Amino acid sequence: MSDASASDGAPALVQAESIGKVFDVSAPWLNRVLERKPQQLLHAVDDVSFRISRGETLALVGESGCGKSTVARMLVGLHRPSRGVIRFDGHDLAGLSRSDGPRLRRRMQMIFQDPYASLNPRWKVADIVAEPIRVHRLLTEQGAVRTRVEELLRHVGLAAADAEKFPHQFSGGQRQRVSIARALASAPEFLVCDEPTSALDVSVQAQVLNLMRDLQRENRLTYLFISHNLAVVHHVSDRVGVMYLGRIVELAPKQAIFERPRHPYTRMLLDAIPDIKMTGKSRTPVGGEVPNPLNPPTGCAFHPRCPHADARCRSERPELKPAGPGSLAACHAVQEGRLSD
Amino acid sequence: MSKSPLLEVSRLRVEFPTRRGVLTAIDDVSFSIAPGEVLGVVGESGAGKSITGAAIIGLLEPPGRIAAGEVKLNGLRIDNLPPEEMRKVRGREIGAIFQDPLTSLNPLYTIGRQLVETIRAHLNMSAAQARARAVALLQSTGIPAAETRIDHYPHQFSGGMRQRVVIALALAAEPRLVIADEPTTALDVSIQAQIIALLRGLCHSKGTAVMLVTHDMGVIAETADRVAVMYAGRIAEIGAVAEVIHRPQHPYTVGLMGSIPSIGEQRERLEQIDGAMPRLTAIPQGCAFGPRCPKAMPICREQRPEPVPAGGSLAACWLHDASARGQSASNRTVAQ
Repeated sequence: MSDASASDGAPALVQAESIGKVFDVSAPWLNRVLERKPQQLLHAVDDVSFRISRGETLALVGESGCGKSTVARMLVGLHRPSRGVIRFDGHDLAGLSRSDGPRLRRRMQMIFQDPYASLNPRWKVADIVAEPIRVHRLLTEQGAVRTRVEELLRHVGLAAADAEKFPHQFSGGQRQRVSIARALASAPEFLVCDEPTSALDVSVQAQVLNLMRDLQRENRLTYLFISHNLAVVHHVSDRVGVMYLGRIVELAPKQAIFERPRHPYTRMLLDAIPDIKMTGKSRTPVGGEVPNPLNPPTGCAFHPRCPHADARCRSERPELKPAGPGSLAACHAVQEGRLSD
Repeated sequence: MSKSPLLEVSRLRVEFPTRRGVLTAIDDVSFSIAPGEVLGVVGESGAGKSITGAAIIGLLEPPGRIAAGEVKLNGLRIDNLPPEEMRKVRGREIGAIFQDPLTSLNPLYTIGRQLVETIRAHLNMSAAQARARAVALLQSTGIPAAETRIDHYPHQFSGGMRQRVVIALALAAEPRLVIADEPTTALDVSIQAQIIALLRGLCHSKGTAVMLVTHDMGVIAETADRVAVMYAGRIAEIGAVAEVIHRPQHPYTVGLMGSIPSIGEQRERLEQIDGAMPRLTAIPQGCAFGPRCPKAMPICREQRPEPVPAGGSLAACWLHDASARGQSASNRTVAQ
C-alpha cells in the first residue's frame, strides 16, 4: 500500500509503513488459568501508512480511542511498533545503533496535550527548557545554556525572567508555551503535537496556533498534528488523515477532505461539527457510537454506523485505495461508485 | 420577549471570602430566561459561567455565597430559601446536567434505582409507576433496550449513553428550567451532536427553559436563542445568538469570534486577543477587559461600563455609551 502523495517526488522526512500496535490487555496470568479467560489483545493501531514531507503538516483526526495518540507516540519512540517500519529521514527507527538513536531523536520532539501534567512541577522553567540541551549535550557551558533558554522563552512569547518561575505560576496557555520552548530546545525538524490546544480556551488556543504557525515558517518545521477538532485541523494542516478504530479510513489533502470528503465516516464527522457561521442549521446526527476495540466489527469497522453498508462491507475489510486526486479512502461504497458526491 | 420571564437574575453578586480577602467571582450579573427559551452562557475558564449556574440552583461550594442581588423563579425569590425548601425546588422546578456524567451518577446504584428515587422524591407515584416512568424517560433519551438497561450500573454505559441517563435524571420531574453545565464537553464530536439534538428536542417539546453553560461557541450557535458572553465575572454582551455571532458589539466578543477557527474560510492567522483574563485577585479598575482591549479609551481605565443597548444586543462597553462619547471626542469607531 502506498501513499498517493508519494508521487509528488519530494523526499519524505517521516514515513510510516504499515505500522501497527497491539496492547496485551489480558487478565493477570492466574485469573487466566483459574477462570479460563482467554488472552485479550487490543489492536490500537493496525496497518497505518503515511508519509510527511519536509515543512508539511499532516493532521490525524478521529474520536477518542481511534489510535491517533498511539501513532504519535510510536513516531517519537515512546511506543515500539508491534509491526511495520517507521523511517525518519531514511533511517529505520527500530534498527538504530546506540550512537545514532539519540542523534536522530534530537531531531524530533513532542508537545503533549495537558500542559499541567507534562511539566515537572518541582523544576524551574529554566531547567525544564534546558533539559533537552543538556541531554543531547548541545551546549555545555552554563552561561551559554542560560542564554539559549532565555532566547527560547522570548521566541515563544514569554519573558526571559520567566525562567526563574515554576510551572504552577503560569496559566494554561503560558504552560503550553513552555512546552513548546522545551520542544524547540534541541532544534528539532519534526514536532509531534498531540492535541496541543484542546485543554486551552479558544482565545488562548488562537495564540498558541498562531505561534506554532510562525515557528513552522521560521524554522521550516514539519508537524504531525493530532486533534479531534476538525476546525483546528482545517486551520493548521496541509494533509489530513482520518482514523477510525485504529486504521486510517481517509487520507487526503486538506481541501479534498473538507470540500469533497469521500469516506462516510469523514462526512459524518464534518456533519457533526457545530458551525458557528450557520446559526440555526440542524446537523444530521449519526446514530451509534465507536465500537469496543476489543471486539471490533467484522469487515469494515464503520459498517454498523454507516448508512451505505451492504453485505460486502460486513464481511470484507476495505483497503485504502485512490479515491480522487491525491486522496485515499478505505470504503467499498466509494470504490464501487455507490456514493454520490 | 412577549412572555413573562421564568427565571430572573438581577444584579447577582457571588463572593468567596478567603484568608487574603474577599474574591468577587460574579459581579452585578443580570439576565432573564423566558419559558421554553435556551440561553447560552459562554466565556473562558474562570469567567464565572459555572458559578452563575451553581448560584441559581443553590449549589455554591462553601465558602462561596450570594452577597447581593436576587434570583427569581416564576416571580418568587429562590436565592434566600432555607436549604430544605431549596431541595424541593431543585429537581422539581430546576433540573441540572453537569459536565462529567460519571461523577453525577452514583456508581453503587443501578440507574433505575437513581431514577426511581428522583421521581418519587418529587412526584407522588408508586414504585411501579415510577419505574414505568423511568423506562419511558430512558426511551425518550434514545437508550436502546431501556427495560433491561434500567437495571445496569453507570459503569456499564458508555460516555454518551451515561450523559443520556443524566439528561433523563434531570428531566425526571419535568422541571421548568434545566441548567446544563458543559453537557457535551467530555464527549466526542459525533456523540456531542446527538446529545445536543436530544437536549434541544426534549426541552422544546416540553417547553422547558434551558440555561446552557459552555465554552463552545459552536454549540451555542446551534442550540441557543440568546447568548450571554461572560468575562471576568460580568456579562460583557448579551443578545440574540445571530446578532452576537454576526454583529458582535463588545470588543471582547469581536476578538472571541475572530479567534475561533472555522471550516468555511481559510485564514493565514487567527485573530488573537493578547494577554489573558485577569485573575479574580487582580481585576482592574474600570473595564476588566480594558488592558487587553484594542479600542480602550481613558474612561475605560477609570469607570466600569454598564450594559447599554448596542446594535441588537446589550454590551457593557464605553464605546456604545452615549455619555462616554461626550467625554472623549476621539476613538469614535464602533467595534467590528
